[in-house]
Amino acid sequence: MLNTRAPALELRLLTKAFGSLVACDHINMTLHAGEILALLGENGSGKTTLMNMIAGLYRPDSGDIFVRGIKADIHSPSDARKHGIGMIHQHFKLVDVFTARQNIQLGAGRDMSDRALNEKVRALGERFGLTARLDQKVYDMSVGQKQTVEIIKALCRGADILILDEPTAVLTPQESDRLFDILRRMKADGAAIIIITHKLGEVMALSDRVAILRGGRNVGEALTSKTNAAELTEKMVGQKVDLSIARPAMKQTPLFSMRNVSVRSADGVLRLDRVSFDIAGGEILGVAGIAGSGQKQLCECIAGLEPICGGEILFKGKNIAGQSPRQIYDIGVRLGFIPEDRLGMGLVGAMDVTDNLLLREYRLQPGFFIKRGPVRERARDLIKRLSVAPPDPSRPVGQLSGGNLQKVLLGRELLSKPELLITSYVVRGLDVHSSYVIYDLLNDCKLMGVGALFVGEDLDVLLELCDRVLVLCGGQITGLVNAKTATREQIGLMMVGQSG
Amino acid sequence: MAELKLSRARRLHRPRLVKRERINAAYAILQRIAAVALALLTGALFIRLIGFSPLQIYTGMLRGSFGSKVSLRETIKIATPLCICALGLAVAFRMRFWNIGGEGQMCVGAIAASWLALFHASIPRPLLLALMFVAALAAGALWGLIPAWFHAKYGTNETLFTLMLNYVAMYAIQALREGPWKNPRDMGYPKIAMFASNAQLPKVFGVHIGWIVALALVAAVAVYFRYTKQGYELTVVGENPNTARYAGMPVRRVVLRTAAISAAICALAGMLKATGADRTLTDGVAGGIGFTAITVAWLAGLQPIGILIVSFLFGALEKGAGFAQSTYKISTAAASVLQGIVLFFVLGCEFFVRYKVMFKE
Repeated sequence: MLNTRAPALELRLLTKAFGSLVACDHINMTLHAGEILALLGENGSGKTTLMNMIAGLYRPDSGDIFVRGIKADIHSPSDARKHGIGMIHQHFKLVDVFTARQNIQLGAGRDMSDRALNEKVRALGERFGLTARLDQKVYDMSVGQKQTVEIIKALCRGADILILDEPTAVLTPQESDRLFDILRRMKADGAAIIIITHKLGEVMALSDRVAILRGGRNVGEALTSKTNAAELTEKMVGQKVDLSIARPAMKQTPLFSMRNVSVRSADGVLRLDRVSFDIAGGEILGVAGIAGSGQKQLCECIAGLEPICGGEILFKGKNIAGQSPRQIYDIGVRLGFIPEDRLGMGLVGAMDVTDNLLLREYRLQPGFFIKRGPVRERARDLIKRLSVAPPDPSRPVGQLSGGNLQKVLLGRELLSKPELLITSYVVRGLDVHSSYVIYDLLNDCKLMGVGALFVGEDLDVLLELCDRVLVLCGGQITGLVNAKTATREQIGLMMVGQSG
Repeated sequence: MAELKLSRARRLHRPRLVKRERINAAYAILQRIAAVALALLTGALFIRLIGFSPLQIYTGMLRGSFGSKVSLRETIKIATPLCICALGLAVAFRMRFWNIGGEGQMCVGAIAASWLALFHASIPRPLLLALMFVAALAAGALWGLIPAWFHAKYGTNETLFTLMLNYVAMYAIQALREGPWKNPRDMGYPKIAMFASNAQLPKVFGVHIGWIVALALVAAVAVYFRYTKQGYELTVVGENPNTARYAGMPVRRVVLRTAAISAAICALAGMLKATGADRTLTDGVAGGIGFTAITVAWLAGLQPIGILIVSFLFGALEKGAGFAQSTYKISTAAASVLQGIVLFFVLGCEFFVRYKVMFKE
């Protein structure tokens, strides 16, 4: 019998192991209708595994899931759907070449004719402020639009328990605010919502209750109104963490400048449009912007990986434009570069730490043969200094977690004593603890007189860590502000091309 | 509800494949032994079916491949070009450059060496052999550069390109045989003359010195992979070309160089086969070795030592099957079926070394 007082979702002693790794360890959790629960936890704490069990992607090894008081056997995503559970994954599950309509109808069954769908979407628009152009192809959509389609898809299938996995990771501040508005209206309408996130600001602003996972266990729950960011972090990390990011003052010396640099992609689209700026030694220059506004091209043209079609790139007065990475090195430019996709560029996943360190220095060794001995020592040293786990220099780095991977990459780049450090989304996918280790390392560099370019996505971090923040929109610089005085809103407007 | 229960029951019994987290070495060896045993059992069934005694055929095969000095020599003779060619291919495969052109590269190496053997036989033997050696390497390298250059410049598919070049090289031998290199003494029969003794490889322990070359190459390639800058570069380019660019490696040059080395080694296999075993040039000089070498290279996990072992076993299998065929008069096809059965089980077991079958969720 339907029990109206029963929680919308209840997890009892849910456990899931992968081989010897226990991802979720006897987790209990409840979620009520008309409630937003934030699920917090560092990388690898079991958040996504837990949600995937609810959504039917994994089967629990043991434990039960109750939906509205009734034990639910969830074996597949369609079982989950039958129970009214919808999940919005971090990587959207949409068919790119289909329209929004086709994606929503896909697998939805008979009662989803074009007319019924139009009616439904109109109703959703009125109730929650969700709007979508149904006949637009997914590949033509912005990230925010795609997410809206995902939410509509879930709601059209009758979901009233909604799980969102890091929904704001790819959104602009304005888009995030709109999403939160939608979620609040759905909550008021009686939906039960779980949101997985790393960003404490969002947790505080949006959720009613917080549950924290650490090492696969539920280590605590709290009402959002009765807790604060510091307390939550402490629970999440398991120790006290200072959440403020230092911004040491440093004497600045001229180092690097770009003059009217333009970059065109292979298909002729202008990716960078007459970009000019300076980075001083002892400065961290932040770069804000919606994903795909030219950040990648900006970083890669400095590193010599992307040809430019105009302008000058000057390092201590020497023009390095049009040079290959090797030539740039030979000119005497000491450049460290952390690309955004660590395993796609920068590291070789199948090779161990030692061989990845070799990448920068093998060429400097004399002769035909390679000497690994001294490099292996440096690898051990790096692992110890940055506490890379597991501390095994002969393990393929592809098996390391995101944070440890980043430590290896950053550690290697710092070993080459760079004067200019370019970092792109350096804390993406990293947990709080690892992120702060990285911020500290960047500040250490700054204090040694290194100039750093910090391409980031979290505006709070950009404003706290950097000295100045440059805003890119559609390949143009739409603003360059002093981080001590600028506000989030100001930068948010610049990100969409309105000067603040 | 009933439907749910039914689907649950079905799921419990549906087997699924799970990738092993780590491969247990002892377990893997055990599995391979089991595979060979199963292959022998199935083969026995087959032999019985066509009316022979399995025990007799098997002992015959064993005797045929290892039983005497002569048979052991023959086994080594088969294994030598296979081993060298597989080493060559492994160099390219490690860079994820799918060189399927071992056949053609062997042909080209043999052609280059034959030109010297046929028309410059008056050169003193050591010098002639050295020149033939170098000519084969050079011809192979150039031949290998063709698909590599197009791949590096225009992104052409090297698999198709190298495959097609096989036919070009093989038919080039036929064209030479029917035209300019036809032996007039064979009275109109299209055949290339036997090489002068000056141009034949010397023997050590009764087998042409190709086997020594093979052993030396195993060591050289192993060192090249593990201890040289070039070996490091080709591995990085193969694993992640973007990271290679990032590190400032000249990616295009690495691709060209590696493809040239790979093809040159394969060409050497062709030269050794022609001058050591065939003592003339025929269009069958590669005879499928270039393709079998692909299997050998992968079966050995692209490891030089592994290639040495696997190619020797392949040689033994082929020699043994041939011996059984001539001694017990089983048909050529039946001998091939026996070889096929062994390969099927051994290759199939590699899959189970990496994956396990689970019957429960």
